[in-house]
Amino acid sequence: MSPQDEPTSVGTRPDARPESVAAADASGLTPERFGTPGPREPAVEPDRPTGTGIGGRLPTQLSPVLLLVCAAASVGILFAFSAFSFTGAAFLTALTYTVAIFVVGAVVEGRRRAVDRVVTSLVTIAFVLAMAPLLSLLWTAVSQGAARLDPAFFTETMAGVVGEGGGAAHAIVGTLQVTGLAALVSIPVGIMAAIWLVEYGRGPLKTAITFLVDVMTGIPSIVAGLFAFALFATVLGDPGHRSGWAGAIALAVLMTPVVIRSVEEMLKLVPDELREASFALGVPRWRTIAKVVLPTSIGGIVAGITIAIARVIGETAPLLITLGFTVGFNFSMTEGRVSTLPVYAYDQFIRRGLPPEAFVERAWTAALVLILIVMLLNGIGRLIAFMFAPTTNR
Amino acid sequence: MTTETRSAPESAAPPPPGQKAPVRPGDRIFSGVALAAALTILVTLAGVALFLFVRGYPGFTADEEEVGASGFIGLVLPLLFGTIWVSALALLFAAPVAIGIALYISHFAPRRVARTFGYVVDLLAAVPSVIFGFWGITVLAPYLVPGFVWLQENLGFIPLFAGPVANSGKVMLTTGLVLGVMILPIMTSVCREVFLQTPRLHEEAALALGATRWEMIRMAVLPYGRSGIISGAMLGLGRALGETLAVTIILSVVPGTITFNLLSSQNPSTIPANIALNFPEATGIGVAVLVATGLVLFVLTFFVNYLARLVAARGFSGAAG
Repeated sequence: MSPQDEPTSVGTRPDARPESVAAADASGLTPERFGTPGPREPAVEPDRPTGTGIGGRLPTQLSPVLLLVCAAASVGILFAFSAFSFTGAAFLTALTYTVAIFVVGAVVEGRRRAVDRVVTSLVTIAFVLAMAPLLSLLWTAVSQGAARLDPAFFTETMAGVVGEGGGAAHAIVGTLQVTGLAALVSIPVGIMAAIWLVEYGRGPLKTAITFLVDVMTGIPSIVAGLFAFALFATVLGDPGHRSGWAGAIALAVLMTPVVIRSVEEMLKLVPDELREASFALGVPRWRTIAKVVLPTSIGGIVAGITIAIARVIGETAPLLITLGFTVGFNFSMTEGRVSTLPVYAYDQFIRRGLPPEAFVERAWTAALVLILIVMLLNGIGRLIAFMFAPTTNR
Repeated sequence: MTTETRSAPESAAPPPPGQKAPVRPGDRIFSGVALAAALTILVTLAGVALFLFVRGYPGFTADEEEVGASGFIGLVLPLLFGTIWVSALALLFAAPVAIGIALYISHFAPRRVARTFGYVVDLLAAVPSVIFGFWGITVLAPYLVPGFVWLQENLGFIPLFAGPVANSGKVMLTTGLVLGVMILPIMTSVCREVFLQTPRLHEEAALALGATRWEMIRMAVLPYGRSGIISGAMLGLGRALGETLAVTIILSVVPGTITFNLLSSQNPSTIPANIALNFPEATGIGVAVLVATGLVLFVLTFFVNYLARLVAARGFSGAAG
């Protein structure tokens, strides 16, 4: 394809939706900062730069073929030295491919294109490099956690259990209780704060609160736990205080800024025409927000809240400080230690009794259940966001 | 949808004086509640500082026999060193990879799968910290030990790799690598956002001048995204500073150590890991000392996050979580 027969189509792309431009406008981004939505692939195939190569272009099929050749060669070399390992082969393949594509590219296409190909190879390697720990971790959790993924794990507690057996029913219930309480606190506060920021806030106070929300997202979770502990210890005058409420407050501190940020984004996407139409009909401001703005953005809000819950449900450090752990159910949220799934996993992993395998297995099963819950929540959130998405910019 | 669309707060502002709208009690109550919710943020942050100070104050002034080290400073300095050192390592490992992934997703990956790839990277953020700790100690540490031995034998003359290598693999380098993996998602998402915001016209102008894709990225995307990259790195650093249980589980520590040695079993602890390890059993002045170190951590992360936002203040606010 030559540049001549491809129209330079900036702004006339069929999927360039005006709503998203308005959304960008509403979110305070000027259009030139926001960029035009659309494919990020270059619309115009770059012309071949003049270089020192022999003037050809590498056929598109060459890269995969070269990759296969390098992989085969790497495996062969490693076997020849009887030092085969999967990561060794992957590493050697990446290395030989990057070198080979540079050499071939430099000879055929010239140095500049060869550098381009090397960078393409490097960023792909970076992506694969990040996937390796994720896959390894998930595989470990599944293979180690599957052993105890039985009904007893979900129905029994650790009361009276010294070695094998037992379960995490109390911890699962505790996690649901504490996270539920945290959500009860942070969802109303988060939504109302976001409404204030988008619909009412002006001037330096708005700037300050936006900034503080940003900073609050970065609070270390253990500091939130210490805060909840210090708050309850000071107010109740009991330095050894442990309760479900303390844990819930710690989680709420972590969750609220995430809720605010995502609700804020969603409210900004609501077109102003809707608000203006409602005002023009004489509807009071608060009813406009409650009946027009919120229902319009409800999908995104629910999605944002789901992801915020997913973020805090795996928090361990603050709960370790505020709740501790116990062996049985504790339905009281106002006094006494409460077990939660992450702390349960940590405790089983660290304080191994006899036989140690039983404790490690329980820890991994708890970890697996936790990962499943978090990923399920994330998936639900993404699905809701996808289904209700008014515009997608990228 | 017209170009006259104004941003929400502006056009939703009350009508100008002269044609005063009637003030309804419903409006008063609603806006009052919203304002109260917004002020809760301010109050909470102030409360964090206040209550940590109240509970931690006895810790600052605790003397030697109560703390065990040479006073509070003697206790907190090695911890502070460990926190910053391990976070710097994590940043060192994560930054190049994060920039690479962000570029891959924004400019290299096939468009149809790029969004999915972004979600997959975000999955890393969904894994709770404690599970990274399990994985680091069970899988990664034993896996890395032969590499550590090689490093010590061949590069042992560099103090970083002086060893002796801990056979458990519970060393600074392992911890730094795990923390690096953990902060990848946040850095990647910030970098990706800002790379995607590069003006298309800049990119196409570069391509029209005959630049290759990499040259276009070097000329248009990276200069435009520089503040985003720095801000993403700072946010990642903030996360690493506060990471708790992964460090508690993986790192083998000797209280009071200050060393750059990456491979030995005698390492400084970090502030959050030290709190998580000792808090459940602490009483009296011990609790106060731990809360005081927590306040130091809070101030440190607040400062780092503040710098990150300051750098990003070009109207770009990424990374909600």
